Amino acid sequence: MKRRGGIGRTCAESLALAALSASCAGAPSIFSSAGSAAHRIGVLGWILTSIAIAVTVIVAAVLLGALVRSRAGQGEEVQRARGGVRWIVIGGVIAPAVILVAAFLFSVLTQSALADSPLRTMPTVQVIGHRWWWEVRYPDAPGQPVVSANELHVVAGRRVRLELTSADVIHSFWVPRLAGKTDLIPGQHNTMWMEADRPGTFWGECAEYCGVQHAHMNLVVVAETPEQHDAWLAAQNAVANAPTDSVAKRGQIVFERAACASCHTVRGSKAQGRIGPDLTHLESRRTIAAGTFPNTRGNLAGWIANAQTLKPGSGMPTIALPAADSRALLAYLETLR
Amino acid sequence: MAIVTDLEAPTDLLRDIWETPRGLLGTLSSVDHKTIGKRYLVTAFVFFLLGGLEAAAMRAQLAQSGEHLMSPEAYNQLFTMHGVTMIFLFASPVLSGFSNYLWPLLIGSRDMAYPRVNALSYWTFLMSGIFLYSSFLVGQAPDGGWFAYVPMTERAFSPGLNMDFYALGLIFLGISTTVGAVNFITTFFKLRAPGMSINRVPIMMWGTLTTSFSVVFAVPALTVACIMLFFDRRFGMHFFDAARGGHPMLWQHLFWMFGHPWVYIVVLPAIGLASEIIPTFCRRPLAGYTFVVLSTIATALLGFGVWVHHMFATGLPQLSADFFSASSMVISIASGVSIAAWIATIWQGRPKFKTPFLFMAGFIILFVIGGVSGVMTASVPFDWQLTDSYFVVAHLHYVLIGINVFPVFGALYYWLPKITGRMLSERLGRWVFWTMFVGFNLGFFPMHIAGILGMPRRIYTYQSGLGWDSVNLVTTLGAYVFAVGVLLFIVDFLRSLRHGEPAGCNPWDAATLEWSTSSPPPPYNFAVMPTVRSPYPLWEARLGEQGQSQLDRGALLGSGRETFGTSALDSDPEEVLRMPDDSLWPVLLSLSLLGFFYGMLTSAWWLAILGVAALIITLVGWLWPTDITSPSPPRRIARRGAEA
Repeated sequence: MKRRGGIGRTCAESLALAALSASCAGAPSIFSSAGSAAHRIGVLGWILTSIAIAVTVIVAAVLLGALVRSRAGQGEEVQRARGGVRWIVIGGVIAPAVILVAAFLFSVLTQSALADSPLRTMPTVQVIGHRWWWEVRYPDAPGQPVVSANELHVVAGRRVRLELTSADVIHSFWVPRLAGKTDLIPGQHNTMWMEADRPGTFWGECAEYCGVQHAHMNLVVVAETPEQHDAWLAAQNAVANAPTDSVAKRGQIVFERAACASCHTVRGSKAQGRIGPDLTHLESRRTIAAGTFPNTRGNLAGWIANAQTLKPGSGMPTIALPAADSRALLAYLETLR
Repeated sequence: MAIVTDLEAPTDLLRDIWETPRGLLGTLSSVDHKTIGKRYLVTAFVFFLLGGLEAAAMRAQLAQSGEHLMSPEAYNQLFTMHGVTMIFLFASPVLSGFSNYLWPLLIGSRDMAYPRVNALSYWTFLMSGIFLYSSFLVGQAPDGGWFAYVPMTERAFSPGLNMDFYALGLIFLGISTTVGAVNFITTFFKLRAPGMSINRVPIMMWGTLTTSFSVVFAVPALTVACIMLFFDRRFGMHFFDAARGGHPMLWQHLFWMFGHPWVYIVVLPAIGLASEIIPTFCRRPLAGYTFVVLSTIATALLGFGVWVHHMFATGLPQLSADFFSASSMVISIASGVSIAAWIATIWQGRPKFKTPFLFMAGFIILFVIGGVSGVMTASVPFDWQLTDSYFVVAHLHYVLIGINVFPVFGALYYWLPKITGRMLSERLGRWVFWTMFVGFNLGFFPMHIAGILGMPRRIYTYQSGLGWDSVNLVTTLGAYVFAVGVLLFIVDFLRSLRHGEPAGCNPWDAATLEWSTSSPPPPYNFAVMPTVRSPYPLWEARLGEQGQSQLDRGALLGSGRETFGTSALDSDPEEVLRMPDDSLWPVLLSLSLLGFFYGMLTSAWWLAILGVAALIITLVGWLWPTDITSPSPPRRIARRGAEA
């Protein structure tokens, strides 16, 4: 498993040109695959890229040869051309046909290898696109279905089936290091599978233009060991504990009285809004605003007070609260572990 | 019919007959294909600069991560209008400009088949462009991408006028494109000089002819889709609404059934320009004329069978995706034929490295790069990674800039001396080429890498730490270098208008008919109607061709605006066509349409109805039988009459 990733990374580095490669360490490159689907596509991609480079270099060399050769001659008078048909038949028809048939076969073989996976037996995660965040549901979780947002937890080394649809416009689910994209289309349920071959976090994004904040519709895929995953699911399954300290209690009242509760759900409380992400376990997430900021107290405070400046056009309104209310609200949100 | 030599021809009389009077009235009523061609070129070039400004602003925003130069709304309007402008208002109209200006000169005719329709086509293009750009005045330019995917462009998610401008603007523009295409098709088959049989047609005309057929079959899909979108938005219909029995995929199919043929519509005529220019500088006829023509036609036909390759990630059945994957790969064989033909021509020839030739040599390489990256995206699984990433942005710019803009600039250096009568500077021209070529590759090649590094398209900003900073900075720098090349061209062009060396009839010693007349050509194009006996009439003596074209002696056709109508394949003269005079009806018709579309846009029904009423009156006026005072109504002539 490790070797595969190693190959992928080498490919990416050599492709990304020496001058640029230094900056690519953290890039979610399609060639630094971390899962079998992306790995297979990466191998195909590498074959196609090599063919593409070879064809370009050969044609460029022949063209240069023609230019240099011709330049040597001095005659400028118009002359009859001799044939040229052989050039066209060999260079323009036969050679491309052979290359293309090979490319197509590689492509179809990869495609069937990716499709063969028995989707039905895999655990399922439902991903629902919203403008501009991801709703993630785990219907197979023991007990109640787990609902989360902008973070997708999987077991490393185990394939997971994704069921994709959209609540509004078309989005596209893309985690470059794990698999190719699949669109989320309203009125349609697309499926794909994905696998991370090692524990870690992987960057994901919306790839289909979906409106004003398309740029800030990201997610994190978290691959963990089976034990970690079970523990995480169990924790997510729980309803929120009612806050105990007085500041947080006041914060809950703020949450339920201010606009928050009309859009967000906190399971186990009165807040049952369905418009924004489920916040029952907000504190367990790595980012806020769909991968836009790290989930820190400062960022959360800034997000509540300035959402329309930080992510203009998003569904989250800018909420002006007195300082004390704001502190209380943050204290409450911090209890949502 | 008077047969005279060009020296005997009463050119003053011909000028009286064909010249458009000066003044406002003449400007608005001219149907001269050269005037219309020049207007097309200038208007398209202005849109090219506007689209370029939009791109420059976007590249400033993307130069670094987390830039705040503009709002996301502004960025989304800019990238949408950049696409709409470059694809609809530049890439295709600029080629119509060349074809309008050159076709009658290439085929030895005195005008296009339908001169007034030609004027209508231009005015409608101009007004639909103004219509689309007026959206900026109200701050509501289209913002749903040039592909305008539903349901994002439905009223529920896009309540402003933005996408109404888009839907109506493209319906409006489709009228221009369609009537223009019909005019090209008729001109090709009916107006060629006597003797210019179908195997002697200048190669560049095949590109425009083929794509004119594509236009006729492809544009209706877009028009229908836009009408449906407008009905959904304004009249509460549900063509694309999944909740009410419609389906968003319907839009995608209709749009790409139009959209992919359109890609070939904007590249095949440009490829034709290359096939015309390369032989001139190689001092050899094009190798494999027939192969190149057949590959052009094959490309256009196959171009209707590849649209689904834009939709591989939409969850289609795998087998149908594979069908379109295969057809997308097969189509590149047709491109391979053209590339092999050009290289064979260069290999056998003795090229003169003039500026137009530099653009063509550069174009061949860019064509190859855009072609092979196209094959990469044609693979279904690899496209799951590449689609909607910056790799596709790189690919489409190699295709559209490489195969459209580079040949167009080469063609400007080649034909502007014919159009203005003055040469552009060879020294500046080299600078223009190298600046554009280096800037283009510096700017757009790294986009392939950005896509491979996982950068999606159409994002107005990106975070640092994803490894996308350097590639984007390089792209921005390259794009600005490219822009400097374009500015240098403008300097060269303006300089040439005053200080350029006189071009003379045939500065490149080229082979086709347009170089046999003066630069710029007189309003009547040719003093006498030429008779053609070979594909390279001005080279035929040196090539030792058997037939002998007659360019300095032929029919005068001087009793009114007249030109020959000839048979479709062999181009035997069949009749003398009486051509229409200058007319105000085309511009009035376009204005009526403009009123109608603004009425629909603003729901000012009185204005829409007024527009339709004006349209009907204009059509009646246009079609009203005219009193033909000239003694030469359309008349049949004996076969081979022109040779007598």
